[in-house]
Amino acid sequence: MIRPDAPVLLEIRDLTARVEDQPILKGVSLTIRAGEIHAVMGRNGSGKSTLSKVLAGHPAYTVTGGTVLYKGEDLLSLEPELRARAGLFLGFQYPVEIPGVSNLEFLRVATNARRAGKGQEELDTFAFEDLVRERLQVVQMDPAFLERSVNEGFSGGEKKRNEILQMALLDPLVAVLDETDSGLDIDALRIVAGGVNHLAGPDNATLLITHYQRLLDVITPDYVHVMAAGRILRTGGKELALELEERGYDWVDAELAATERTPAEVG
Amino acid sequence: MVAASLSTPAAAAGAGPGSWLAALLANATGVASAGADALAPSRARAAQILAQTPLPSRRVEAWRFTDLVPLTALSPTLLSPAPAEQPQTAAGSLRLSLDGHSDALAGINLPVGLEPISGDELNATLGKVLAATGSAELWPVLLNGATAQQVLALRVRGTVATTLELVSDAGAGEGILPLRLLLVLEPGASLEVLQVHRSSGANLTSVVLEARLGEGAELRHGLLAPGAETGCLLATVAVEQATGSRYSGVSAHGGWALGRLEPRLLQREGAAHSALKALQLADGRQISDTHSQMVFAGPDGRLEQLHKAVADGQGRSVFNGAVQVPRAAQRTDAAQLSRNLLLSDRARIDTKPELEIVADDVRCAHGATVSRLEQDELFYLQSRGIAADQAARLLLRGFCEEVLQELPEAARPWQALASLLGEQGR
Ligand SMILES: Nc1ncnc2c1ncn2[C@@H]1O[C@H](COP(=O)(O)OP(=O)(O)OP(=O)(O)O)[C@@H](O)[C@H]1O
Ligand SMILES: [Mg+2]
Repeated sequence: MIRPDAPVLLEIRDLTARVEDQPILKGVSLTIRAGEIHAVMGRNGSGKSTLSKVLAGHPAYTVTGGTVLYKGEDLLSLEPELRARAGLFLGFQYPVEIPGVSNLEFLRVATNARRAGKGQEELDTFAFEDLVRERLQVVQMDPAFLERSVNEGFSGGEKKRNEILQMALLDPLVAVLDETDSGLDIDALRIVAGGVNHLAGPDNATLLITHYQRLLDVITPDYVHVMAAGRILRTGGKELALELEERGYDWVDAELAATERTPAEVG
Repeated sequence: MVAASLSTPAAAAGAGPGSWLAALLANATGVASAGADALAPSRARAAQILAQTPLPSRRVEAWRFTDLVPLTALSPTLLSPAPAEQPQTAAGSLRLSLDGHSDALAGINLPVGLEPISGDELNATLGKVLAATGSAELWPVLLNGATAQQVLALRVRGTVATTLELVSDAGAGEGILPLRLLLVLEPGASLEVLQVHRSSGANLTSVVLEARLGEGAELRHGLLAPGAETGCLLATVAVEQATGSRYSGVSAHGGWALGRLEPRLLQREGAAHSALKALQLADGRQISDTHSQMVFAGPDGRLEQLHKAVADGQGRSVFNGAVQVPRAAQRTDAAQLSRNLLLSDRARIDTKPELEIVADDVRCAHGATVSRLEQDELFYLQSRGIAADQAARLLLRGFCEEVLQELPEAARPWQALASLLGEQGR
């Protein structure tokens, strides 16, 4: 839902970042207001996951320029855990398996960390079990997954559901979901999309990274951005996604070549 | 003629290991109360051999990384630890406290299936499994033999429903606490045992367990040993297995200035199942060492071995896993995996499989990994609001739990992980 007067939650300006010596983000700008749903699409390797990880604070990426304001404050100076406690959530494209750490305990520690960030008191084990059982229904996940190690041996789709379960528990202000729809069967896609719709409200915002229109059929984006070679090449409404589905990304090359010439002409 | 054998080292005594040992042996003989001491003859024999055996130096391969000289800084006396505070016993287990002097069975009603072994029978049995597994001449075993005053010896028949907990706490006192254990499992017998050895002072806990498993017998064996920065542990577990028997050993030790565990298994005719799961931790300037040995003396034997180690600070972890598959041991199936977590640049991990395979139709897999905490795992936890240090602790715990959760249920009240990491007040 677009409301021009809604508060800006995330403001990314000219963000550049590299991994080792290789520049990957080459000037990303994006503004997200409360209530909005944004979709980011783009070819493999265009930098979508890199953007999401830079936002979450992954240590492998070095920010080389630009700013990111989260609720008006500098996001990039915060440790990853503080970003999460402040309500930024990253749903991983490849959720990480953590052998030996029980999913239930992980979820409890994470939930309590976020609650502390919201100024709420910790939930004890019993109160947490009640909460988690209730939220499990959002993603229709079997409670047996709570007893297993975090993501260990989960199927691709189960991992994605576990991500949405975490999102449901952590009550994020800005959720960045990196290809949460890939690897899902049709039922699971509906469940996951239902979960996202259920959790989206006027006070929070969602950034969906996806390759497929089928997700956007269920979750209607307010904006669609096309990422190419480390920047956002074009922004439009939901019809841009439909257009991409039809035309593919060939036009990107021409447009990229054009934009790459422009700075030289201007400068 | 115990006194005579002792005169040799005593005469040669100057400073150094020799005089320390002589003083210890003299003390170990001194306390023996005549008559009621079943161990006197074997103690004298061991003392005699020990007196002529130099302290293994680091030039000896088996002790290359583990220096025994610090032992000789300990008081050369036998400890009589006072009863220590203990957590409540888990339901379904019987706890026996071992203090090296008193009869652990005094006033105890043994559960059905367990009975003490004594007299001639004890004399005829004690040391046999040590000999069979080639452990009798190991220095820690000799030291134990030359000093132990008591042996807890039990015969097991049928399925024993109660878990046997064998517990010692060397406490804060100085000296040496030798403990000797013998289990004889009759064919088809089944038992679960948990050893717990703790310390909080400058002392040595010396433990030797012999277990003989009859045909089809099963022994589930846990050993939990959270140590003290100044304490030492030398533990030997010798197991002789008949065909169809199952031995499963789960151990966790750490926190000792020097902690060394030597599981030595023999499948006498092969066709048995052995499993070893171990966790060891070394922080500060501690040494955690495991030297395991598995011998398949017949065909169709199986071994599943997982050894995990964590080294932090300037700690040092040593693992040597010997597996012997002679020609007679066709169709042996052995797998050994050593997984190590290196948490500091100044810590050290030495891990070495030692496979001697002569039989040709066998499957022997082995592998070793040394790694640090995974950046992606840490980041995943951090991205959920978990602070870096807490995330690291969770990952460390996850690494350890794989082994610890296999300890017998009776280990639960002992809070294995917290005690190994020194996170609980003692
Ligand atoms: N840690 C890294 N080390 C080396 N290269 C990296 C790393 N992370 C990203 N890259 C490179 O940066 C580029 C962008 O990767 P990114 O994962 O952001 O793409 P993406 O748009 O998410 O692609 P996909 O649609 O396939 O998920 C790729 O060329 C990738 O190989
Ligand atoms: Mg990606």
